[in-house]
Amino acid sequence: MNILNVDGVSLAFGGVHALRDVSLSVAEGTITAVIGPNGAGKTSLFNAISGFYRPQAGRVYLEGSDISRTGPPRRAALGLGRTFQNIALFRGMTVMDNVKLGAHVRTRTGPLAAMFYLGRARREEVRIRSEIEREVFDFLEIDHIRRSPVAALPYGLQKRVELARALAMRPKVLMLDEPVAGMNREEKEDMARFILDVKEQWGVTVLMVEHDMGMVMDICDQVYVLNFGQRIAGGPPAEVQQNPDVIEAYLGADDMTTLRERLRGDRGAA
Amino acid sequence: MRIGSPKETYAADESLFRTRTQWVWFGILLLSLALYPFVANLYWLFLACLICINIISATGLNILTGYTGQVSLGQAAFMGVGAYTVAWLDNNATTPFILNLLAAGVMTTLVGLVAGLPSLRVKGLYLAIATIAASFILQFVFINWESVTRGTRGINIQPPQLFGMEFDNPDTFYWLVVPVTVLMVILAANLFRTRVGRAFIAVRDRDISASVLGINLPLYKLMSFAIASFYAGIAGGFYAYFFGSINPESFPLLMSIFFLAAIIVGGLGTILGSILGAVFMTLTPELLRYGVDVLEPFVQDASALLSPVRTLVFGLLIVGFLLFEPHGLAEIWRRVRRFFHLWPFRN
Ligand SMILES: Nc1ncnc2c1ncn2[C@@H]1O[C@H](COP(=O)(O)OP(=O)(O)OP(=O)(O)O)[C@@H](O)[C@H]1O
Ligand SMILES: [Mg+2]
Repeated sequence: MNILNVDGVSLAFGGVHALRDVSLSVAEGTITAVIGPNGAGKTSLFNAISGFYRPQAGRVYLEGSDISRTGPPRRAALGLGRTFQNIALFRGMTVMDNVKLGAHVRTRTGPLAAMFYLGRARREEVRIRSEIEREVFDFLEIDHIRRSPVAALPYGLQKRVELARALAMRPKVLMLDEPVAGMNREEKEDMARFILDVKEQWGVTVLMVEHDMGMVMDICDQVYVLNFGQRIAGGPPAEVQQNPDVIEAYLGADDMTTLRERLRGDRGAA
Repeated sequence: MRIGSPKETYAADESLFRTRTQWVWFGILLLSLALYPFVANLYWLFLACLICINIISATGLNILTGYTGQVSLGQAAFMGVGAYTVAWLDNNATTPFILNLLAAGVMTTLVGLVAGLPSLRVKGLYLAIATIAASFILQFVFINWESVTRGTRGINIQPPQLFGMEFDNPDTFYWLVVPVTVLMVILAANLFRTRVGRAFIAVRDRDISASVLGINLPLYKLMSFAIASFYAGIAGGFYAYFFGSINPESFPLLMSIFFLAAIIVGGLGTILGSILGAVFMTLTPELLRYGVDVLEPFVQDASALLSPVRTLVFGLLIVGFLLFEPHGLAEIWRRVRRFFHLWPFRN
């Protein structure tokens, strides 16, 4: 069953067509990648799905219901979690508070209850605190930094904290915009393992944008390729990497062998 | 030197004061507040009451401006709404003091919600200007709605009564205003242990990614305006009772700037900052007055200089803190504390 459907989405900024009639579907319980050269429209697609941008045409469906007219906060509450290409953590806050913010959609305390911090407010705080500790921090191995201010952390850990925050939302679909960009090899391998575990242990559907072809080929079930705002291919990774249009888009030339190599396994390339 | 303290439960780790030392200090603070009236003279009690009123208002403004990032120059006018609410009830109804004060808070909350509406469309400087506009409109209402406010003649308020006692002097008033201030500061601190407070900070720091986390921006901006106004209303209500008379000039724009200065000097986005800032800014003019008294014999018309010098000093303090100590007195205090925690092993 498809948990997320994007149907004929077009998005233009003035004269720039970021997305042209893009459709794709994400099957529940899979990892789906969106790849494409720089400026292809991948982040724009994410923004259209999470509700930042209002596409001029097309619809987005989550679990079969049309969310095209729904605002970002409501989409989050319906089960869309995401991370950003350039980390969007709250830099002044601790890791703990950042991740707790992820649990915002799952909690109910209002201002009056919060100020008196009695009964429900208190129970809710303690509950999400222990859930985060047990489920998210243990899983992502970040217990030791829970009290650190985010700004003080190295880049790779910040990416992990952002993933933690998205997981604390208990999303149905987790959207990751370049989760391993800028990481070293070891960090990339850790992240790939976490993403696989998110799918397998948490049962969360993952949709990710990634330039690292090695990782895409390794962990994804389905790949879509964007180029100049258009979807030029879609299918299982093995199939997509044979697609001549894709190869052309990536190279802009027909140097097939080098490209195949790049698409197949070069983990360092971004 | 103090070392880390292991926590047994998450609940303990989530509490307002995390270490025993913090509880002890809080106890000492309460005790000092209780003993203060027995050692202070009337003048110092007067100042203490004034400081409390200012702490309440500054705490409210800090929630809105420091924590939620919505700059407001309406806090004094909002206090005016609270003060006039109390004044009207005092003159036209026989409701008890506590009820009047709550009514002031609720009334101001409603006005603040309306005044906060521009925050849904504009931010930063434009929002600040919108709140100045709101101040002027309120000022206009204070002057011209004569049947309620008695216009420029002003309006008198009887001293509050509770349990048959009359609180007509700083030495008695102290016992009303201090407990309420402590309570309201604790309520504000609690806010930031929960999702509501975190959402405020999220709105301030990155409102885009806040919305992806499911935070309803308009809702939380208005909520912040509402809470800040409630605090202003309570502070204004106390103000009316404390001074016994108010008029439209009691709540000028300059007073809003005073509160903005207080939270900048004290520390934006910290509870402690609101307290330190209010104390500091209330005492600064007194210090200046003292300086003028000393200069009086030597300088001609020294007292005429007081008002312009005070404005100048406020301005300098704002600029100076923004430039050199943007996290305010609260940060200085933190540094001092850290020094003593590690002392004598490191400095
Ligand atoms: N807010 C915006 N305003 C104007 N143009 C935009 C905006 N966002 C994206 N674009 C344009 O839309 C096109 C697609 O950009 P997008 O960020 O979606 O690409 P991308 O595939 O994510 O690229 P990258 O791999 O570099 O992250 C680009 O030409 C970009 O300049
Ligand atoms: Mg991008």
